[in-house]
Amino acid sequence: MKAIVCVKQVPDTQGKVAVKPDGTMDRAAMATITNPDDLNAVEAALQLKDETGCEVVVVTMGPPPAEGMLRELIARGADRAVLVSGREFGGSDTFATSQILAAAVNKIGVGPEDIVFCGRQAIDGDTAQVGPQIAEKLHLPQVTYVTDIKKDGDELVVKRQLEDGYMELKVHTPCLLTCIKELNQPRYMSVSGIFECYDKPLEVFDYNALKDDPLIETDTIGLKGSPTNVYKSFAPPVKGAGMMVESVDQLVGILNDKHLI
Amino acid sequence: MDFTLSKQQQMVQKMYKEFAENEVKPLAKKVDAEEYFPVETVKKMAKLGMMGVYFPKEVGGAGGDVLSYVMAVEEMSKVCATTGVIISAHTSLCAAPIYENGTPEQKAKYLPKLCSGEWLGAFGLTEPGAGTDAQGQQTVAVDEGDHWRLNGSKIFITNSGYADVFIIIAVTGTVLDKRGRKQKEISAFIVERTDPGFSVGKPEDKMGIRGSSTCELIMEDCIIPKDRLLGVKGKGFQLAMATLDGGRIGIAAQALGIAEGALDETVAYVKERKQFGRSIAAFQNTQFELAEMKARVDAAKYLVYAAAQKKQAIMNGQKGRYSVEAAEAKLIAARTASDVTRRCLQLFGGYGYTRDYPIERMMRDAKITEIYEGTSEVMMMVISGAMLK
Repeated sequence: MKAIVCVKQVPDTQGKVAVKPDGTMDRAAMATITNPDDLNAVEAALQLKDETGCEVVVVTMGPPPAEGMLRELIARGADRAVLVSGREFGGSDTFATSQILAAAVNKIGVGPEDIVFCGRQAIDGDTAQVGPQIAEKLHLPQVTYVTDIKKDGDELVVKRQLEDGYMELKVHTPCLLTCIKELNQPRYMSVSGIFECYDKPLEVFDYNALKDDPLIETDTIGLKGSPTNVYKSFAPPVKGAGMMVESVDQLVGILNDKHLI
Repeated sequence: MDFTLSKQQQMVQKMYKEFAENEVKPLAKKVDAEEYFPVETVKKMAKLGMMGVYFPKEVGGAGGDVLSYVMAVEEMSKVCATTGVIISAHTSLCAAPIYENGTPEQKAKYLPKLCSGEWLGAFGLTEPGAGTDAQGQQTVAVDEGDHWRLNGSKIFITNSGYADVFIIIAVTGTVLDKRGRKQKEISAFIVERTDPGFSVGKPEDKMGIRGSSTCELIMEDCIIPKDRLLGVKGKGFQLAMATLDGGRIGIAAQALGIAEGALDETVAYVKERKQFGRSIAAFQNTQFELAEMKARVDAAKYLVYAAAQKKQAIMNGQKGRYSVEAAEAKLIAARTASDVTRRCLQLFGGYGYTRDYPIERMMRDAKITEIYEGTSEVMMMVISGAMLK
C-alpha cells in the first residue's frame, strides 16, 4: 500500500510579487513555500503511514529548484520523491498540468489499495482544478474538500466540508482525495529527518520518462496543450491612506466639493 | 573560518524558527509570570529530535551536528530563554558526559531515553560552599562493596524539579598531589530520581529564566549500584570541567538568542512608535544604537559558532580541547546579552519597563548567562590561564 501526494511550490504570500515585462509571474525572483493545503495532504498521508506503515511518495512538477521543497517533505517523513521537470512541460495550465501529473502518478503506479492525495487548491492560481482533473484522467473515484478520513477495511469513510454542511461518503481504494486545512495540523520537519533527507531517493521524470504514456502528446502538455493562457498578471495598486470623517455632514460636504454628488 | 550553513543546517534553522514562533513564543509570558516549566514544549521538542540533536542514531540521537544543537538553543532563546536552557542543560550537562564517558551499558541504558525526551537530564556540581572551587566539595560517595552510599546536597540545579537522571559530582577519598599535599579525590556518578535516599528540594525564586526549574538536591544515605560510577574514579573533576566546556557553548547560544530576540523586538517597536510626529526609527540615536548592537550581536555569534565548530572538529577526531573557545564565546555572548537587552529596553522607554512588552523579561533573563556554568570572571580565568601557561 502506498500514498502518493501531489504537491506544488508556490510564491510565499508574505513576500513581494514579481512580474516579468511580458506580464507573467517571475517565479524565480520570489521566495517560495509549499502550498499550504498540500501540507495537509502530506500530513494525511503521513498519518496513514503512522497507522499502516504504508509508503509515502511525494510528487511535484516544477523547475529543478523544487527539489528543495521535496527534500523538506522527506524531512517531514515522506519515503521518496519524484520531481517532474522538463522544458516541454513549461507553460502548462491546469489541464496540461493534470495531464502530466496523471502520467507521473501512472508511472509511480497506483495499486488497488493506494490513495492519491492532493491539496484542495494552490494559493497562487486558486483554481482547485488539478486534483479533480488528475482523478478523471486516471479514472479514479475522487472526494474533494476532505476534512476527515477513516480507514474501514478496503474502504475509506471520508467527510467532506461543504459551504452549508458536511457530507460523509464511503469510497473504495484506489481513489483520490483533495484535502483542506481543517483536516489536520501538519507536522514539523524532524532533526533526524533533515539529516537523512538527502540520502533518500529522489527521481526526476523528464519528458522522455513520461512520453510513452498515452496522456502525453505534444498538444496535451505545455503551452500548446493549455486551453487557457495567462493574459496578464500584476500586483494590485497600493491603496492610499483613508480619511476618517467626523460626521455625515462633513462627508456630504467633501463629496459635494469633489462634484461627486 | 567558514560559517556558511549546510543545506541541512539551513533546514533545521528554518524548522526551529517555525517551531519557536508557533509553539514557544505564545507560552513565553506564562512561563515567566507563573514560573511555569513548559513540559508540553519539552515533549514536542523531543519528538522532533531536539533533545538529542548531535548524538548519533545508534544511541537514539537525531544524527545532527553541534552547530545544529547550538542553533536549537539560540532559536528557542530568542523567544523564551527558559526553553533554551532546558535543552542546553539536558544535552550538554547530562547526555553529553554520558555519551563521552559512559560504559557501553550506561550509554545503552540512558542515552536512548534522554534523546527521546522520555527522561530529562540535569547536572549537580554546585554546593552551598563549592562551585568552581572543586576542593570545597562536601558531597561524599563511599564504596560499600556492592554499592555506593552518597551523602550531601547540591544547589541551583537546572531542570532538577523535572529531571529523571542526574550527573552528580562527589568526593570519593583523598589523594596526595605532586607536592605531597592531601587533596580530595573527586568522581562522577549517575543518579536516578527514584534512587533511595535521593530527593529534590524546593525551587528557587529567581530574577529571570523563571520557568526554569532550579532546585536543591538532597542525598541522605542515597544508595546507588556500583555500575553508576561515570568515567574513571578520581577523574570526576576533569569530567566536570570538560562537561562545562560543552555547557558553556550552550549558555553562550542562549545568551546570543536572548540578544537577537531583544533586537528583533526592538526593530519592530521603533518602526511603530511615534514621537514628535515621526517614527523613532527616524532618529539617529535609534539608528546608531541599533547598528552598534547588531555589530556586537554578530561578533558574539561568530564566537559562538566558532566554538561549536571546534567542538565538532574534536568530536570528529581532532586532538585538543575547546575550553578557551567556549569561554570566549560565553564571556562575550553573555555580556552582549546583558548590554543589548538593557539598551533595547531604553529604546522602548516607559513601555519597555512594563510587563506588557517582553523586553524587561529578556533583560532579567540575560543576567543569568553572566553567572551560571561559570561566571564571566571564571571565563576570564580560563582564557588568561591558557595565555599565561
